[in-house]
Amino acid sequence: MSDQPILELKNIHSGYGSIKALRDVSLKVYPGEVVAIIGANGAGKSTTLMTICGIVSPEKGEVYYQGEPITKINPENLPPMGLCQVPEGRRIFPRLTVEENLILGAFYRDDQEGILKDIKHVYELFPVLGERSKQHGGTLSGGEQQMLAIGRALMTKPKVLLLDEPSLGLAPIIIHQIFDIIADINKNDGTTILLVEQNANLALKAATRGYVLETGEITLEDKADALLHNPEIRKAYLGE
Amino acid sequence: MIQEFKKVWKNYTIGMLWLLGVLWPLLGIHPDGTITFQKTVSVWLYILAGTFVCLILYVINTSGNLKPVTTPVAGAARKIGSMIEVMPSWIWISALLICAFIYPLVTGRYATDVAITVLFYICLGLGLNVVVGLAGMLDLGYIAFYGVGAYTYALLNVNFGLGFWVCLPVSGFLACIAGCIVGYPTLRMRGDYLAIVTLGFGEIIRIILNNWMELTNGPNGILGVKTIGILMPFFENGMTLETLWVKKLQWFYYFVLGLAIVAIIAVRRLNYSRVGRAWESIREDETAAELMGVNTFNYKLLAYAMGAIFAGLAGAFFAARMKFVSPESFTFLESAMVLCMVVLGGMGSIPGIILGVVALIALPEAFREFESYRMLVFGATMIIMMLFRPAGLIPAKRVGKRSEDKE
Ligand SMILES: Nc1ncnc2c1ncn2[C@@H]1O[C@H](COP(=O)(O)OP(=O)(O)OP(=O)(O)O)[C@@H](O)[C@H]1O
Ligand SMILES: [Mg+2]
Repeated sequence: MSDQPILELKNIHSGYGSIKALRDVSLKVYPGEVVAIIGANGAGKSTTLMTICGIVSPEKGEVYYQGEPITKINPENLPPMGLCQVPEGRRIFPRLTVEENLILGAFYRDDQEGILKDIKHVYELFPVLGERSKQHGGTLSGGEQQMLAIGRALMTKPKVLLLDEPSLGLAPIIIHQIFDIIADINKNDGTTILLVEQNANLALKAATRGYVLETGEITLEDKADALLHNPEIRKAYLGE
Repeated sequence: MIQEFKKVWKNYTIGMLWLLGVLWPLLGIHPDGTITFQKTVSVWLYILAGTFVCLILYVINTSGNLKPVTTPVAGAARKIGSMIEVMPSWIWISALLICAFIYPLVTGRYATDVAITVLFYICLGLGLNVVVGLAGMLDLGYIAFYGVGAYTYALLNVNFGLGFWVCLPVSGFLACIAGCIVGYPTLRMRGDYLAIVTLGFGEIIRIILNNWMELTNGPNGILGVKTIGILMPFFENGMTLETLWVKKLQWFYYFVLGLAIVAIIAVRRLNYSRVGRAWESIREDETAAELMGVNTFNYKLLAYAMGAIFAGLAGAFFAARMKFVSPESFTFLESAMVLCMVVLGGMGSIPGIILGVVALIALPEAFREFESYRMLVFGATMIIMMLFRPAGLIPAKRVGKRSEDKE
């Protein structure tokens, strides 16, 4: 682990008009890590990711990516820099085919061969997508859509992948499959992962470090193991 | 069978009585104040007889008594359908092209005139399809760009004597500028709000055309616009270049046909390009598109500009065809009409839009004989079409069903 964080939020205040969703949030993600943000409904997890990607602009504070401030950069310029998000609820393009969805992930790229190779790579990770490559995205099952959303994000060749609740609404068996692949992506491609989850148990088991977000503020930060064994966390998020 | 009949007869009776109620004021009340029943009842009885036969057929069909007839027919229809699909598309396209080429030679002036109108609307429909069908933005003021194109040519020609071919790109360019002017401030809006603003913009353009007497001659319009001229070499005494005016409607038809073909090819290429995919992603989910690196603002603006260019070019041809422009040609009703064609034909599908245009231009012409019921029949046809083909006459393949359904 190097000393320089690849992604850093410094004192971010963010929200929607009069609604203040984030207050003074600071966090660091180092290259190669899997970092989890856990928190209850409405804690501001999605807002954090949307602020990083510039969809929501912060009122105060600065987001640094590879040491550079990125709050002034338009969201569409982030994927070329290696920062990509799999948004909450998948948000794949329902009336485009699986393949077109993937090609759109590679929108900024113009290396045709590389794109084809990466599509193949995604199909290897998620064989079911390969079987359905000509099917409309909207006709996939929830789990397949989540796979497609992750595959689409991988097509941008991310250095940092932001994942918003990949387990949302999925059966345990599919969740395991997806988390295995997330671990793979981290290990094999060296992709840094910032993972947002309500399912604290799952997230902390997959992560190296974790942050706890409560009503817009970071209340705890620790190694994932430590958080997993922290009695307060167990009480609040693991239902003990 | 009796069961089936019991299910529908009540609705049927109510429907027919309602029709009688609607029909009577149309047929029974005369402008001179007299009131009759005779004609209404006889027309109604005809309709009653006709629909009753249909009803009986329907009942027999749903109760399964018609199976021995319908099954082979449906089978044959499917066979023909798959045979058509197997046929390479170039056969289709060349057959259509040949038909389009000989059309004015075998038909009369009136039919050619209708065909020219159809071709104009095809260009408009295709342009609007870029905005509505591909980029997914509802535009209710689209006809304004048509107006900008038409007035550009008319003004340049009448005031400065500039020829058609010089003005054509100017028309396209100015329409494109107009598209960007509306687009720039409004594209941050979504859905309904965008529709309202574009509606307002369309009206603004029309009112400007109507009220700016010095420039546009207001509601009287601009007369004396020259038709298309082409330079032709003549060899009578030496070689001279002379302008040949395209006066004959037949010849004009070919120019508009050319424009429509260019529009079809352009839209098709756009559709399957990177740009087209970006537009579709914006239509599907704007935020997700942005997260994937699509510059949504620029691409939306581009969609507006492209749509406007098609309308502007068609507008210049329109002015040359009519030799006269007035604000009346560019009302909201026209925008709504073009939108209807796109939606009816099938958003995003080029053959669909062509069919939609034909249906909405040619059908009312065909129903001219019914005179006052023209609009009634027209409305009924539209309702029926929408009932049976809710995704448009020829839905776009990409907006179609599950691909596995086809297997
Ligand atoms: N577009 C929006 N407009 C206004 N308020 C919003 C918007 N999106 C989120 N909020 C508010 O911001 C707060 C944080 O929401 P956020 O979506 O970040 O929560 P979350 O932690 O992701 O919750 P969940 O686990 O349910 O997804 C909530 O109070 C929410 O109501
Ligand atoms: Mg959320």
